[in-house]
Amino acid sequence: MTTVIQVTGLTKIFPVKNRPPLCAVDGIDFTVQEGEVFGFLGPNGAGKTCTIRMLTGLSRPTAGQVQVLGLDLATDLPRIKKRIGVVPEASNLYDELTAFDNLVFSMQLYGVPRAERKPRAEELLRRFRLSEKRDTPFAKLSRGMKRALTIAAALAHRPQLVFLDEPTTGLDVMSARALRGMIAGLRDEGVTVFLTTHYLEEAERLCDRVAIIVKGKIVALDTVAALRSGIPCQMVVEMTLAGADGQTEKRRVVCEDSVESAVQRLFAEARGRRVLAIDTLRPSLEDVFVQLTGLSAEVMLAEKGGKGGGNAGG
Amino acid sequence: MLVDDLRGMVYIALKDLKAYYFKAPNISWGILFPFAFILAFAIRNPGDLRALVPGLLALTVLFGTSSMEAIVIVFERRIGSLERLFLAPLRLPALLAGKLLGGMAFGLTVTLVVLVMSLAIFGARGTNWLLLVLALLLSATAFSAMGAFVSVAVKEVFEAQTLANFIRFPMMFLGGVFVPLDAMPGWLQVVARLLPLTYSVEALRVALSGGAWSTAWLDLGALASFSGSLFWLAVRTLARRMD
Repeated sequence: MTTVIQVTGLTKIFPVKNRPPLCAVDGIDFTVQEGEVFGFLGPNGAGKTCTIRMLTGLSRPTAGQVQVLGLDLATDLPRIKKRIGVVPEASNLYDELTAFDNLVFSMQLYGVPRAERKPRAEELLRRFRLSEKRDTPFAKLSRGMKRALTIAAALAHRPQLVFLDEPTTGLDVMSARALRGMIAGLRDEGVTVFLTTHYLEEAERLCDRVAIIVKGKIVALDTVAALRSGIPCQMVVEMTLAGADGQTEKRRVVCEDSVESAVQRLFAEARGRRVLAIDTLRPSLEDVFVQLTGLSAEVMLAEKGGKGGGNAGG
Repeated sequence: MLVDDLRGMVYIALKDLKAYYFKAPNISWGILFPFAFILAFAIRNPGDLRALVPGLLALTVLFGTSSMEAIVIVFERRIGSLERLFLAPLRLPALLAGKLLGGMAFGLTVTLVVLVMSLAIFGARGTNWLLLVLALLLSATAFSAMGAFVSVAVKEVFEAQTLANFIRFPMMFLGGVFVPLDAMPGWLQVVARLLPLTYSVEALRVALSGGAWSTAWLDLGALASFSGSLFWLAVRTLARRMD
């Protein structure tokens, strides 16, 4: 298998006025293999976007080596840029241009031959279900459509590697689901995908391998299955408690030694509240995350505008 | 790599022209604004109106090239779409040159309209056409580079407008558009010599009066120097702001 991204000791330090320098990315190492969907997971401010910005040439690393598609980022950036596609966190196409013109402009910048531009743009509009919006200015598209068109624009020049920064953040459930389908489709076409997300379910569904980054450091890197298998006892106990106004509340604990001790811990936390159900489950990526980082899964969502469509449904 | 740069440059300019420049309000503003100033001056001081044509042309180039351009880059940076160009396979000077080219193309188009109208009224006799073209091109490059520098030096659109006007308005009154340099006090003449508009007006005056090339070399050289240094400053500032 060919290595598409090789990162060694990648570091980014920002000087801060009258304060110690901020280390956003702290000497991380990882590789991404051809054709895989690689998930980069972490709470807000963990260093995900900063890492993508360095890998795509938008930001200069303070230290470390990066090879992308076999080329050195420090010396071969223009050649790398021609072969990668980038979908930033914000949908940033041109408001004044139509969906079609935005795609054509992307292709013009990347040197797609004139004869190929129109058919390719039409094909992408069809694939992303935007054909009806062909002549609609970007500004007038819905949020989900804007996101889809931004992804389409990143694919217009047929890149071998695509970076997706929080692709479903802020989308409604249906749009997020449709986009996930499109991302899964990219893997089927052999495109390598580097995906950052703070939605654990999304990473679990889409990614072949996942790196978890917290405070600029990678705390775990493996397949979701292998990360799960790292959890002792391989079991999670979930307790459903009765709440006010007929609501229910779920609490879960990863078994550290035995199911029994986990159940006892949950009962202790319930403090006499009515228990509606107790289930034993296989650990999810969320449990792995909580186990590894000591952070609650809510931390991942807290600063990104809540639970948006990205985390719901599938 | 050069091919990528040139291609990117041209398409960025074409995209900007389509997305921002060739809109009705922008075109009418670009033409009306210099006319309004000249008309106001002519009503106050009726005299040789033909003598005002070089100033009118220089003002049209100045406002035509820099008005929108001073906003475009900072606007795209604010909404994030400038990042698309940073990600594209072209180098930073080429990216900025594309922005310059858009401003120049619009400014020169508007100026062409004003030029044709002026020549239709006052006649074209004695015009040094080659010098006229060169003076207009260099003026457009210098003012466009100035617009680009203003746009990368600030963070907000309104700041760009304020800074652009802070530079343009004093230049308008000191650059020999309304009052010849000789009629100004000595110290003001020194200030005027630091402004690109002064050289633009002078070069255009020589071109329209059929003057000798030798009298315009200094002006052309000054405009080229302003173009080069302002462009270099804009590239450097933008590079610093990227990270």
